[in-house]
Amino acid sequence: MNRITQKLQEDKKILSIYFSAGYPDLNDTVPIIQDLEKNGVDLIEIGLPFSDPLADGPTIQASSTQALHNGMTTEVLFNQLANIRESVKIPLIIMGYFNPMLQYGVEAFCKKCAEIGIDGLIIPDLPVDVYADQYKAIFEKYGLINVFLITPQTSEERIRFIDSVSNGFIYMVSSASVTGSQSGFGNVQESYFERIGNMNLKNPQIVGFGISNKETFSQATKYAKGAIIGSAFIKHLSENGSGKIAEFVGKIK
Amino acid sequence: MNFNVDEKGYYGEFGGAYIPEMLYPNVEELRQNYLKITAEPDFKAEFDQLLKDYVGRPSPLYFAKRLSEKYNTKVYLKREDLNHTGAHKVNNTIGQILVARRLGKKRIIAETGAGQHGVATATVCALMGMECIVYMGEIDIARQAPNVARMKMLGAEVRPALSGSRTLKDATNEAIRDWINNPVDTHYIIGSAIGPHPYPDMVTRFQSIISEEIKWQLKEKEGRENPDYVVACIGGGSNAAGTYYHFLHEPEVGIIAVEAAGKGVDSGHSAATSKLGKVGVIHGCKTLLMQTPDGQITEPYSISAGLDYPGVGPMHAHLAQSGRGEFFSVTDDDAMNAGLQLTKLEGIIPAIESAHAFAVLDQKQFKPTDIVVISLSGRGDKDLDNYIDYFKL
Repeated sequence: MNRITQKLQEDKKILSIYFSAGYPDLNDTVPIIQDLEKNGVDLIEIGLPFSDPLADGPTIQASSTQALHNGMTTEVLFNQLANIRESVKIPLIIMGYFNPMLQYGVEAFCKKCAEIGIDGLIIPDLPVDVYADQYKAIFEKYGLINVFLITPQTSEERIRFIDSVSNGFIYMVSSASVTGSQSGFGNVQESYFERIGNMNLKNPQIVGFGISNKETFSQATKYAKGAIIGSAFIKHLSENGSGKIAEFVGKIK
Repeated sequence: MNFNVDEKGYYGEFGGAYIPEMLYPNVEELRQNYLKITAEPDFKAEFDQLLKDYVGRPSPLYFAKRLSEKYNTKVYLKREDLNHTGAHKVNNTIGQILVARRLGKKRIIAETGAGQHGVATATVCALMGMECIVYMGEIDIARQAPNVARMKMLGAEVRPALSGSRTLKDATNEAIRDWINNPVDTHYIIGSAIGPHPYPDMVTRFQSIISEEIKWQLKEKEGRENPDYVVACIGGGSNAAGTYYHFLHEPEVGIIAVEAAGKGVDSGHSAATSKLGKVGVIHGCKTLLMQTPDGQITEPYSISAGLDYPGVGPMHAHLAQSGRGEFFSVTDDDAMNAGLQLTKLEGIIPAIESAHAFAVLDQKQFKPTDIVVISLSGRGDKDLDNYIDYFKL
């Protein structure tokens, strides 16, 4: 069974952390993953940096730009992760924009992910319709879970469609925004979380965008299975380097 | 072969809508409504009236006698430089703001490189009394001070794009982010024939007035609607798309596209996307794209700020790949000299973007009987500093 599916069956709220591969330093990728697992993080999203990340706010874009500057490429990331399954057991997802995957070759990319032990992908600018038409068979061939986003503006009909195409979890964007632009949740988000919670979707939901501390984590996971922290962790890395991960995770859990 | 968009939003393999889910409702709203709105009689009436009384259309089709003599062929200029705001850009901004109003939008955002599209957007926002925010790369803001001042005078807020390379592609990223953050009340006026479907088609349709006029104007002057060639410069490709539109399926009309070679196609400082690009995804569409082998988008170069976009509209990518369009690349030097030559022979100072199109006359031998229509997409006032620097005037 895919590690993501297995993890989602555990009777607990899932804490997922996103960071840009190759940030703050090129070779920080693997130690950060190991440290996050050691400190009880349930799932990790490894960001494959892109020059033009249009769904991301300034924090993640800056880390992405720095990672590229450090020399991160698709090939370098795959090499860094080549032996990751010798030390890391939790599910790993690569999150990146479509163009670098297209250049690597979508099938070659998926094959490599499967060899390394990557469990899923999040590709914000690969629309669900194109995926269903052209790429779903390839992902399934390599046992990869593809994760789609929904937002407060996504219609019920489309949510049902996304649910039908998904086979892991649904990434629930907390509000109409790019990453890193929210602080705290209000009534609008609360009722959105509840509305989705009540739809009885086949896939569990994990909330992302706007989660930065214990309070927002527990708000987000009241109805959802888990939550993803990205910008707040990147900010922590930029201020503290890769050495104080226990401190960061301790403040959430 | 079909050179227009198909029902799925593609031109051959190019186009589509590769957008994050956050943008889906906005783009879908537009996709479902743009053809319906633009087909309404009251929309057409308002659009036509504004193009006539406000923009000053039809723009003349001018027989360039001295240029024709020099190259021993018949050269006509389509005078988009005479439009209000000085370029073809306003055809599209008028169309889009009328669509935005009918969709109930209150706030307009746009990206701009050199500032021409920003000015055209700020202009129609002033005209309609709508809030206007223009994203512009920090580096371009410094390079294009007069256009920044124009936009401010027109009441627009110019927001610097501080990320990435701080030029047009980053301004576009910032505008897209703004739209993600403001999904309900905002319309994004994209200035070129790029972006997710339906933008390339919508922009092309608004610009297609250029080829529509060429047809009847040429009929009046030459007794035939179709020239032998239509020529236009291409960055993202909106003036080209409009210039070609009504000739795409007229096989006897040669379609000539002129890209900026910058310091030379292989110099590492170029914007010749059809030569240097590979299939990729930028700003929501699949097209030819300048990028590293790893898929990172690279920064193009041209002396002309309106042509240094790392991609090209999906319609043009299809024209290049299918061979329907003949693509030329013109260096900075050749474009500047062609601009000066047009000034001396015809008394018209072209925008440096448009000057690229004229340099084709030195690269391709036309027959004496050929009718060659060149899109003079913009006037050169905005480029005076560049001309002064280059020619030490």
